[in-house]
Amino acid sequence: MTDRPIIDIRNAAKSYGSLEVLKDISLQVKRGQIVAIIGPSGSGKSTLLRAINDLDPLTSGEVWLEDTQVNKKLPTRQYEAHINAVRQNIGMVFQHFNLFPHLNVRDNITLAPKMLKGLSKAEADQLAVEQLNKVGLLDRIDYYPSQLSGGQKQRVAIARALAMKPKVMLFDEATSALDPELVEEVNLVMKQLAEEHMTMIIVTHEMGFAQDVCDRVLFMDQGVVVEEGPPEVIFKAPANDRTKNFLRKHLKGQN
Amino acid sequence: MGLDFSVVPPFAAALLTGALWTIAITASAAVLSFFGGILFAVIALYAPLFIKLPFRLFAWLFMGTPLLLQLFLIYFGLIQIGIDLPAFVAGVIGLGLHYTVYNSDIIQSGIRAVDTGQYEAARTLGLSRIQALRKIIVPQAVRSVIPPIGNNMIALLKDSALVSVIGVAELTLSSQMAISRTFRPFEFYVAAAACYYVINLGLEAGLRRIERRIQIAR
Repeated sequence: MTDRPIIDIRNAAKSYGSLEVLKDISLQVKRGQIVAIIGPSGSGKSTLLRAINDLDPLTSGEVWLEDTQVNKKLPTRQYEAHINAVRQNIGMVFQHFNLFPHLNVRDNITLAPKMLKGLSKAEADQLAVEQLNKVGLLDRIDYYPSQLSGGQKQRVAIARALAMKPKVMLFDEATSALDPELVEEVNLVMKQLAEEHMTMIIVTHEMGFAQDVCDRVLFMDQGVVVEEGPPEVIFKAPANDRTKNFLRKHLKGQN
Repeated sequence: MGLDFSVVPPFAAALLTGALWTIAITASAAVLSFFGGILFAVIALYAPLFIKLPFRLFAWLFMGTPLLLQLFLIYFGLIQIGIDLPAFVAGVIGLGLHYTVYNSDIIQSGIRAVDTGQYEAARTLGLSRIQALRKIIVPQAVRSVIPPIGNNMIALLKDSALVSVIGVAELTLSSQMAISRTFRPFEFYVAAAACYYVINLGLEAGLRRIERRIQIAR
């Protein structure tokens, strides 16, 4: 059981017309693993991440969450029911937070558990308290998103995703839109999740964070996984010239 | 013959009753056109073509023809096919549907303006299309278009005078009845105008309150 991948991407390909954004990518992620996907913009890393919950459907290939095929071919109505059920197990955090601005922090977190899991208001409120405690924002429970800083918004967005008790968390450049001084608070929350052995797939530009936290690093360029391995290898001794070039540009300026 | 506003007070009760009918018909049509506008907007944006088309035709007919004619058609015309509506109901339906079409246009643009990330975030949590629309997209769209919808509601209040022609004893018809008894059109039309103005002030104050509350809540 521990050997079975929790996420299994088989021969994923995607193209827009003649433009191939993903070319035959396979990736297996085991339970508790933390995988970073790095690469230049336009390399397909976000597209790959968004294929995992079928937000950007693949042109061909399969995505599996444990023993369920995520991108199963089904008639529209059946597919809707299927994907809505699957997505409850896959948390996602976006670059621009995408908190619901008309709802306060509590309602942002409790909306989906109440609607989809039938939690009572009291149970859902308790859940919101737990999740906000985890991200250190319990005192903001009655605030609206517009009253929070970027870092706080992203921490609430993480709490909102966690409230669905997902099996996997996807992070799509979760800190890219933040002011530099706010990045750390979000990174800390993600590190804490890592310590709790949450399975995470993280698209990031932060090489330092990828190096510290992740078990595996994938370097993507032009729709293919150019190189992958443990962070020590990818960052310290990359084999491929494209990886070397990319890292040279990106590690400069950091520290 | 000079003006003499002392003819008005004896008819105060009749005018007040008329004003209450004006408020009732405006409020009913406003509620109908608000929820109708949301329904029409969602259909126009998301429904399959075979549902969309009849609604589009309907919208085009209601926008392209005079409201007065629509009221005549609903009240006098529908009787011929066996639908005999009370004047008040016919008035609410006519005004309500007419403004449904205008509100729908505004709400559609409000829906389009909601960031796609909102829809994605909702779907990612596992919400269905309908749930995402109902809980995330439409509430935000409606909040963003409250000011233009409010303008429509002010226009609706003034257009409610048209239902006097199908015999709803609202403010305009009440003042006309007073005129036919006293032959004092100037005094009673001014009195009626003053009443409309006061109702309008109340409506505007209500709209401002709604706008303020929504401003706080985001």
